[in-house]
Amino acid sequence: MPVEILMPALSPTMEEGTLSKWLMKEGDTVSSGDLLAEIETDKATMEVEAVEEGTLAKILVEAGTEGVKVNSPIALLLEEDEDESALDGYEPTGADVSKPDEDKDEAKEPKREEKADTKKEDSSSKSSETKTKRQDRSNEKDGERLRASPLAKRLAKEAGIDLESVKGSGPKGRIIKADIENYEAPKAEEKKSEAPKESKEESKEVGAVRSGGADYLSKMGIEAGSYDLEPLNGMMKTIAKRLSASNNNVPDFPLLIDCEIDALLKLRKELNAQAPEGVKVSVNDMLIRACALSLKFVPKANASYTPDGIAYHKHADVAVAVAIDGGLITPIIREAENKGLSTISTEMVDLASRARDMKLKPNEYQGGTFSISNLGMMGIKSFGSIINEPHGMILSVGAGAPRAVVKDGELAVATVMTVTLTCDHRVVDGAMGAKWLQHFKRYIEQPITMML
Amino acid sequence: MAETAFDVIIIGSGPGGYVTAIRASQLGFKTAIVEKDDLGGVCLNWGCIPTKALLRSAEVYHNMKHADEYGLSAEPSFDLEKIVKRSRKIAGQLSGGIKHLMKKNKVTVINGFATLKKGKDAPTVVVDGTDYTAKHVILGTGARARHIPQAGLEPDGKYIWTAREAMVPDSIPKKLLVVGSGAIGMEFASFFDAFGADVTVVEMVDRILPAEDEEISKMARKAFEKRGVTIKTETQASVKLGKNGVTATLTKGDESEEIEFDRVVLAIGIVGNTEDMGLEELGVKIEKTHIEVDEYSFTGVKGLYAIGDVTTPPWLAHKASHEGIICVEKIAGENPHPLDANAIPGCTYCHPQIASVGHTEAQAKEAGYDVKVGRFPFIGNGKAIALGEPEGLVKTVFDAKTGELLGAHMIGAEVTELIQGYTVAQKLETTEHELMETVFPHPTLSEMMHEAVLDAYDRTIHY
Repeated sequence: MPVEILMPALSPTMEEGTLSKWLMKEGDTVSSGDLLAEIETDKATMEVEAVEEGTLAKILVEAGTEGVKVNSPIALLLEEDEDESALDGYEPTGADVSKPDEDKDEAKEPKREEKADTKKEDSSSKSSETKTKRQDRSNEKDGERLRASPLAKRLAKEAGIDLESVKGSGPKGRIIKADIENYEAPKAEEKKSEAPKESKEESKEVGAVRSGGADYLSKMGIEAGSYDLEPLNGMMKTIAKRLSASNNNVPDFPLLIDCEIDALLKLRKELNAQAPEGVKVSVNDMLIRACALSLKFVPKANASYTPDGIAYHKHADVAVAVAIDGGLITPIIREAENKGLSTISTEMVDLASRARDMKLKPNEYQGGTFSISNLGMMGIKSFGSIINEPHGMILSVGAGAPRAVVKDGELAVATVMTVTLTCDHRVVDGAMGAKWLQHFKRYIEQPITMML
Repeated sequence: MAETAFDVIIIGSGPGGYVTAIRASQLGFKTAIVEKDDLGGVCLNWGCIPTKALLRSAEVYHNMKHADEYGLSAEPSFDLEKIVKRSRKIAGQLSGGIKHLMKKNKVTVINGFATLKKGKDAPTVVVDGTDYTAKHVILGTGARARHIPQAGLEPDGKYIWTAREAMVPDSIPKKLLVVGSGAIGMEFASFFDAFGADVTVVEMVDRILPAEDEEISKMARKAFEKRGVTIKTETQASVKLGKNGVTATLTKGDESEEIEFDRVVLAIGIVGNTEDMGLEELGVKIEKTHIEVDEYSFTGVKGLYAIGDVTTPPWLAHKASHEGIICVEKIAGENPHPLDANAIPGCTYCHPQIASVGHTEAQAKEAGYDVKVGRFPFIGNGKAIALGEPEGLVKTVFDAKTGELLGAHMIGAEVTELIQGYTVAQKLETTEHELMETVFPHPTLSEMMHEAVLDAYDRTIHY
């Protein structure tokens, strides 16, 4: 008996949606966690993730079909021990499934399933489990129900405030008028209290820097003379100021994921073997491309927070942290999503060498929409970075090294690279960051896809 | 040996105190309540409830007198003693109910007058020489009628009444003077007028029910004058006792007149019950007989809180109850919102009834709002006409910019039961949009609430 894959609900209120795209085709082997298809509503887009393993036997709803009822079957999956003959005599139960009132109870009570299948109890219970899991996941992805009063919603809309970024003070975090009215207030206060602090620090700098620094340290119990004090240069001041501000202002959080890079290393070798004279694609170049394509795929993650609204960038301008004498600088590959690996590689070689000579023009290192910091060559396993405002995310890349992994239930060796995505929660939440990383991982692990 | 150590002790068992005691107990606090008189305080025994009982008699009597209009016949007469007896019986019944509620919620009731002295976590409460300690002490001692002895405005036990005497009258006075036109004044004016007294109401400011929207005040005045009640605004009263009543001097501007009355009802405000408890010694801040508190009812003295009429206005039973709940939830470490004074509805049970919540039109404008005002008259409502109550108005005030319901004001039959609809809407922060989309049942008076919203946006259907 084939397992039905059902149209998931992206939100508790969703009744139907568009099956925009199949990410797998008939005959493909499906393992748990694979992305099968993309579903969209007017509010959200989401992938259908496989929970069961098997073979995608039959697609029942073609890509591009609109108005697909929640919980109606969209495809059939054959389990390992089944062959196509199991499809014979299968009748989609679609018609009666789509009754909305029945749908609502569905997650808890797989009644319909039992009706349709009296032969194999276990498979029906399995597929009802599929459904339950999937429904749970869709709730999770959709985030908690946003509670807000109608007035608060209207005020937020008029003020261009994203309700997601407002902390509600009502019952169960319900956002009320006062929360919207006070929304900017704490920020303004923060700025006010920050301003005098800054000017104090600056006055230290303007005055006798050395004695200021010495005073500071001696108060901390470090004797003058036991160290050399090097005055801050412009870059050091900028780094200190910007990163402190980012650390204070940005509610960030890290997401870690492991990527196997054997395929990527292999592809790189092949590419370089055939590359034109003078072009040598580095792993980092491939990471830049993978990031750019993932940003293109998840455009909402290519964003900057501003007090007046969230800026969604039209291009993926990827800033790459380059260590230089006395600090670091972040030259930018502009519109990286439109650039091939050889272009990226050539530009990067040029930018990095001029960066080390301190010969970059401001427009070559200012701006950008996303950053990458790679400490892999230094052997760092994994790390997190401070967001480079106004970027919404920064990717910290650890070293790729042979590690023991479990494949098909057996120990194997793969070259694994851990990356950490640090996200500004005001623009990128956990689900969106995770979605971005899924795409990134796909590009890295199936690098041929980034050649398209 | 009776228990003397508690988590929370509440002084006063009015609607503030007893509700707070129940909530405290629900929150797991070992709770005691101190009462010097009957459980339930003024509200149950000498205020809200017994007067509603009296006014119900007045309403039924009024309807009997108008029986003919409904195709009925009746020979109306009344027995004042029985009317008062009914009112007292209801008060007694409810007070007994509070006793049961205290027992059910395991709240210890301590009878007697409480005084406070310095204690460890909170002031120690002394009742009849026994020390009771608690971590938190909440004052809900209420208030009483205000007197102005200089103008002769203080009760003498016979001719000059406060609400307390006026609700147990031995006879219906021929000529009655009501001093003050707030809710209490107008309710007694309404009651005694219904049973045939010749009632005069004097008010210092330029309109009766000064807390209400001006338009509602005007309509109320018209309705009372139509019934034969004399209303003198911008008028001050002073009274002198005579042989069989009082002589009142009513002064308006430069002109004065002297009028004889059989009885006077004083309804010129309240004073907080803050005396003789040792509050001053503890450092409690008292401003014009009322205790100053912060938004969570804290007095500034360690472990001491105050709620209800003994604190800041509005002086209403439901304000006291809610304030007490917020106070004790805050003590329990919960995170309640402070009470929004603008969200507290007010009701006056005279005939016609008056009810309101939030900003009046004038207050809204003064606060800087650009307003949209909706009105719907009772004459446009089928149920009102069927009831034989075609006089009244429902009025809404919206913020033109955001659609927030700033206030609602009503006069007419049963409006005290209607106002809650708008109060819920306000609390949930609905805008005009949700109210317009709400289905109101037909035929009901509540349809006017819908129409008054529609009218603010020029969409009214039935008028």
